[in-house]
Amino acid sequence: MNDKARKVKLQIADMAKKYPNGDGVEHINLDIYEGEIVTLLGPSGCGKTTILRAVGGFHDITGGDMLIDGKSIKDLPPEKRPTAMVFQSYNLWPHMTIYENLAYGLKLRKTPKSEIDASIKDVLNLVSMPGVEKKFPSQLSGGQQQRIAIARSLLLKPSLLLLDEPFSALDAKIRQQMREELKKIQSDLGITVVFVTHDQEEAMALSHRIVVMNKGKIEQVGSPTEIYDEPANRYVASFIGEMNFIDMDNKTIAVRPENLSVDPEAKGDLKGEVRTIMILGHYVQVTVQHGDNVLKCFVDREISEKLSVGAKVSLEIGKHVTFDKE
Amino acid sequence: MFKYMNPRRFYYAVGRKKFFEFILLAIFILFFYGPLMNMLLLAFSNKYEVPAVIAQEWGFKWWDYVFSQKSLVSSIVQSFIVAIATTFISMIFCIPAAYSIARFKYPGRKIFMLSFLLTNAFPKIGIYTSIAVLFYKYGLMGTYPGVIIIHMINSMMFMVWLPSSAFRAVHRQQEEAARDVGAGPIRTFFKVTMPMAMPGISVATLYTFLGSMEEAQGTMLVGMGKIQTMPVAMYGIVLDSSAVQIGAVFAIILIIPSAVLIFLMRRYIGPEAIAGGFKMK
Repeated sequence: MNDKARKVKLQIADMAKKYPNGDGVEHINLDIYEGEIVTLLGPSGCGKTTILRAVGGFHDITGGDMLIDGKSIKDLPPEKRPTAMVFQSYNLWPHMTIYENLAYGLKLRKTPKSEIDASIKDVLNLVSMPGVEKKFPSQLSGGQQQRIAIARSLLLKPSLLLLDEPFSALDAKIRQQMREELKKIQSDLGITVVFVTHDQEEAMALSHRIVVMNKGKIEQVGSPTEIYDEPANRYVASFIGEMNFIDMDNKTIAVRPENLSVDPEAKGDLKGEVRTIMILGHYVQVTVQHGDNVLKCFVDREISEKLSVGAKVSLEIGKHVTFDKE
Repeated sequence: MFKYMNPRRFYYAVGRKKFFEFILLAIFILFFYGPLMNMLLLAFSNKYEVPAVIAQEWGFKWWDYVFSQKSLVSSIVQSFIVAIATTFISMIFCIPAAYSIARFKYPGRKIFMLSFLLTNAFPKIGIYTSIAVLFYKYGLMGTYPGVIIIHMINSMMFMVWLPSSAFRAVHRQQEEAARDVGAGPIRTFFKVTMPMAMPGISVATLYTFLGSMEEAQGTMLVGMGKIQTMPVAMYGIVLDSSAVQIGAVFAIILIIPSAVLIFLMRRYIGPEAIAGGFKMK
């Protein structure tokens, strides 16, 4: 992608947020371009939510700057920032109807009532929940509540939509559906989205770019394909998807199970013994003992029929990445 | 039909556990409602002499008497003035305190919270006496402000602890979401936090109002006879044994506001709401 031609929406420049106990993030540099979905991905405690909350205005930063459309936002309170945030849960105000929840921000902006009514109708259609205006949040399911929360954020036409693990409290099936809907809404409206998740599958499915984080630091920024095929270091390689690590001389070779092919005739150099064979639908997972390592391979059904537990095989390394040994 | 009311038959019909529960309940009802029934009977009887079960003559004679006595009517008015003022003023002071305890972590927060318990832990009469010394100095004896301050001391614990737990139950995200859509901190408090904490706040308000309505000890001491609320007037009535029926009428007048308030807030008053208020965190 040609990054230079695109407009930077959010620029995070050497930002730091340190908590009194020493945790937090520092030296965060990140450019987010207009119209893209960027996911901050990492295990819990890696600082991804800290960054998002700092952008939303819920944390005072202790260093650096943040700019939206070239203007610094670091001294603005949340209500003055051009961002809208959707939290993991408890987004809606239970004492207000859905209409009142949605209209609240618009009323504060002194929007005429007819306009409020029309835009609420539109946005409810957009999140495919027409006709719920008179209900209370407790009458909706968890997934529906999150949709209303997203709708409320969209109504205010934010420059930047911030989503803090908005689907993590939902069950798997609804989560998948919500992802697809979010992606569709984003491409229809062309808004810029920063999404925080610890679920790598969600990050891969949603994002234009992924920011992989660990212990308060950014490990790699790239498209899902880049992150998957060319992990920058061992941490990223092991965090995203499944990966085999093979030590050779003073290098470590990282290879995905689908890029490790099994030769039943054991002609290759990398020798091993089959430990388990497991059918997982259209492909078969074979684990092979190689020295002290157990390597995982995904092979076709055809090849797997020639294999049996305990058989001597050799492995052939396809596409792979090489790291210096740690 | 009476055959089935035989206790033995009843015992075996419902089982041992239920039978004793029934007995216990019957005794409880007798103890609880007995005096209440007696009070109702006294208030609405023109003539009643002790050995009889029901009144010899029913009527509103004592009600007429109470409402024709200027001092008694004025005690009713004073009671309401003091109770309403106490409720409002303690709301103004205690709700911000409750919010600060619920939301901000500052050193001495727990001590601050416990300090409200202390006023209830010491013998009241000791506190009142030492307060009286101060009140004399500042000319608060026998004035409305003096009595209201005394009533507030009693209600503070409820007024701080119950709303504080209600505020704690409001999720931070709900406040943050309000900030996010464009409401400032003060608007967020009044439009989001406060309405969501309303059940807890109303229960506390109810206790404060009712507590103030029935406070006698401190009012008598600090009011110095100039402020005479209903419970204070009641002392005089009880000492005059010929007027027990006036006492009954008064008791009913005192019950009416509590009964109305409890009925209105019945949804919010429960063991959980009250127990929740005394959680320390």
